[in-house]
Amino acid sequence: MSKQAGDPDVIIDIRALHKVYKVGEERVHALRGIDLTIRRNEFVAIMGASGSGKSTLMNILGALDKPTKGMYRLRGRDTHKMGMSQLARVRNEDIGFIFQSFELLPRATSLKNVMLPMLYSSKHIFSARKRAKNALRRVGLGDRMTHRPNQLSGGQRQRVAVARALVNDPAILLADEPTGNLDTKTTQEIIALFRELHEAGQTIVVVTHEEDVAGHADRIVRLRDGEVMSDHTTREDPIHRVWIEQSREGHGAKAGAPGAPESAPSVGVMPTQDSPTASVRAARPKSTQARSAT
Amino acid sequence: MSVVFAPFLYVLRLVVQTVFLAVGQIWANKTRAMLTSLGIIIGVGAVIAVIAGLGGLKKFVLDEVDAAVGARKMWVWGEVPDSKRAVMNDSDVRVGLYEANLLLENAPSIESLTPMAHSSWPIAYGEETVLGASIWGIWPAWNDVEDRTVVYGRPLSRIDSDEKRLVCMINEQAIEELNLDLDPTGDYLLVNGRRCLVVGVVETKDGGGIFGGGQPRTEVWIPFETHKNMNPYTGTWFQMQLVEPTSDRPMDAVAADAKAEVNIILRTHRNLGPEDEDTFEMEVVQSVIGFFNQMAFVLTAVGGVIAAISLLVGGIGIMNIMLVSVSERTREIGLRKAVGARPPIVLTQFLIEAVVLCLVGGAIGLLIGQGAATLLRFVPGMSIESVSVPRWAVFMSVGVSALVGVVSGMFPAIKAARLNPIDALRHE
Repeated sequence: MSKQAGDPDVIIDIRALHKVYKVGEERVHALRGIDLTIRRNEFVAIMGASGSGKSTLMNILGALDKPTKGMYRLRGRDTHKMGMSQLARVRNEDIGFIFQSFELLPRATSLKNVMLPMLYSSKHIFSARKRAKNALRRVGLGDRMTHRPNQLSGGQRQRVAVARALVNDPAILLADEPTGNLDTKTTQEIIALFRELHEAGQTIVVVTHEEDVAGHADRIVRLRDGEVMSDHTTREDPIHRVWIEQSREGHGAKAGAPGAPESAPSVGVMPTQDSPTASVRAARPKSTQARSAT
Repeated sequence: MSVVFAPFLYVLRLVVQTVFLAVGQIWANKTRAMLTSLGIIIGVGAVIAVIAGLGGLKKFVLDEVDAAVGARKMWVWGEVPDSKRAVMNDSDVRVGLYEANLLLENAPSIESLTPMAHSSWPIAYGEETVLGASIWGIWPAWNDVEDRTVVYGRPLSRIDSDEKRLVCMINEQAIEELNLDLDPTGDYLLVNGRRCLVVGVVETKDGGGIFGGGQPRTEVWIPFETHKNMNPYTGTWFQMQLVEPTSDRPMDAVAADAKAEVNIILRTHRNLGPEDEDTFEMEVVQSVIGFFNQMAFVLTAVGGVIAAISLLVGGIGIMNIMLVSVSERTREIGLRKAVGARPPIVLTQFLIEAVVLCLVGGAIGLLIGQGAATLLRFVPGMSIESVSVPRWAVFMSVGVSALVGVVSGMFPAIKAARLNPIDALRHE
C-alpha cells in the first residue's frame, strides 16, 4: 500500500471499500470490501448485473458519494476524508464525469455547456473559452459550438458531454453507461472517441452492461453482490471470450449482440485478437492482472 | 499579474454569469415571474405612490400657505381663559401697544410686528359708496409683515402713527369700486364719516385657493392709533413675521422659539404666576404645516402597512416560486454540483435569482408608483406641478426588494445547496 501511495502512476487506489445505504429501516450493503487500483492511461470497463454495486462504486469513484468504510485515494489524496467542498473541488479538477443521459443544460449552447466546469474554478479564468473550443474540436464538434442540445443528435449531445468532461484536463474520465441512451451506430462513434482519447493518454473508466462496449476496454472488472468477482485484461477475461465465441458463431444469426438490431456492427468493430490494435494492446505490459478478485 | 486578479475575476464572473442565468430564468418564465412578483410590485408601488403623491401634495400645500399668508406668519391675541370667564372680559386681556414694543425689543425670533385692528365701515368718494368695507388699523411694519408693496404714493409712516393722522392706503379694488383716479393719492375719502387722505395704493390680493379667499374686497388701511381713536373698543391682535429659517434652524424650530419667547415675555409682563393660565393665545402658520405633516405621516404609515403586508405576501410568493424552481431544476443542480459547484455557490446562485426576481418586481413597482403619483397632477383643482419620487425612496425600495429576495430566497437556496448530487441527478 505504501509503495503504491507514492507511485505517481497510480490514479485510483481503493482498499476495503464498503458502502451501506439505509433504505427506510433496511440497511443495504451495496459494496462489501472492494479493492481496486487503476493506473495512468488504463481503459477499464466495470461490469455487473443491476444491483451488483457498479453504480455505487462509480459514484464513489466520481467523488459524488462517500464510502461508509475503507480507503479511496485519488492521485495520492485521501478523498474518503474530504468534506463536501473539497469533494466538489476534486470533481471539478480531477474528474471528468459522463452520464448516461448526457445532463446538458437545455438552454445553453454547446460552448456554454462545455465551459460550465470552468465556471466553478479559478484555474483557467483567462482561457476558458479557448479551452472549451479546443475540447469541442477534439470531440469533432468544432462546427456545433453555438448549437443548443435540442439542435443536436444524441451522439452529438454525448460528445458535448465528453468535451465538458475533458475540459479541465481530468486525471480520469468516468463514464456511467455512456452509450445507454444511444443507438448502435452512435454507440460505435462514442466508443471510437473513447479509444481515440485513450490512445492520446487519457485514463478512462466505463461502467457498462454491454459486452461489446466493454470489449473496447483494456481491462474488465466484474462486480457481483458488491464484491469484485473478476479482474482481467479484456483478452483474458473468460466471460468476454465466451461472448466473442458466441457472437462469432452467431454471425449472420441475431443471437450475438444483445440490443443490436443486426449482429454485423458488433462483430465488425469487435477488436478481435488478430486486429492490429488488439495486438498492440496485448503487447503492452499489464500490472492489472494482479488485482484480480479475491 | 493574471495570478493576482484570477480569484477576483473568478468571483466576478460567477456573479455575472449567475445574474445572467437568473435573468434568463425569469425571461423564460415571464408570466410566472410577473405573477410571483405581484406582491413586491404592489408593495413597492403603494409606498412609492404615497411618498411621491404626498411629496407633491406637501409642496402644493406649502406653496398655497406661503402664497396666502406666508409661511413665517405668527399671530398673538388676548384670550380670557375658560376658568376666568366670570371675572374677566376681553378688554382686560387685550394686547396693547406697550406689549407690541416689548415683543419687538425682546423676542429675537420676531423680525417685524404690527398690531392689528379691524372695523367694517362704509366708505365714500363723491357719488360712490361702499358699505361694510374692511378698515384695518396697522403700523408701518405691516407692509413688511404682509409682504405688500405700495404701487402708488407712499406707505403709512411712523409720524402718521404718532400724530394719529387721518391718512390711509387703499387697494386697487377700492379705486375701481369708488371710481377714483388711477393715481388717487391726494384725494380724500370719507371713512365712517371722517375725511381721510389717500397717501398710497397697494395691490389687490385675493385669498389663496385653499383658504377660500374668493372675491377681492375693498380694503383701507389707516394708522393703528388713528383706528384706535375712531373705535376704542375693537379687538386687537399682533401680526408678526418670524425670522428666516436657516439650515441649522429650520422653520419649526424658529416657530417653537418664537412661541416660547412670546409666552415668557407676555406672562412676565402680565404678572402671571406659575399657577395662572395664559391670558393670551398665539398661532403660527408652521403649526398648520405641522398638522399637514401629521396627516402625511398617517397616510405614509397606512401606505407602509399596505406595503409591508404586500411585501410579506410577495415574499411568500417568491419563496414558493423559488421552491418550485429548485424542484424543477433539481437535475441541473445535481449536474452543477457534479462538475464542481460547491454548496455555497449553489446557495448564492439561488439567492441571486430570488433577489433579481424581487428587484425586477421592485423596479416595476417603482414605475407603477411613479405613474400613479403622476396621475395626481390631473386631479382637477389641484395645481400640483411636480410629483417626483425622492432619491431615498428609490434606494429604499431597491433595498427592501433585495432584502425580501434574500429572506425569502434563503430557505429554497439552502434546500438547493444541501441537495445530494446523486439524488439530484436521479430526480425525474
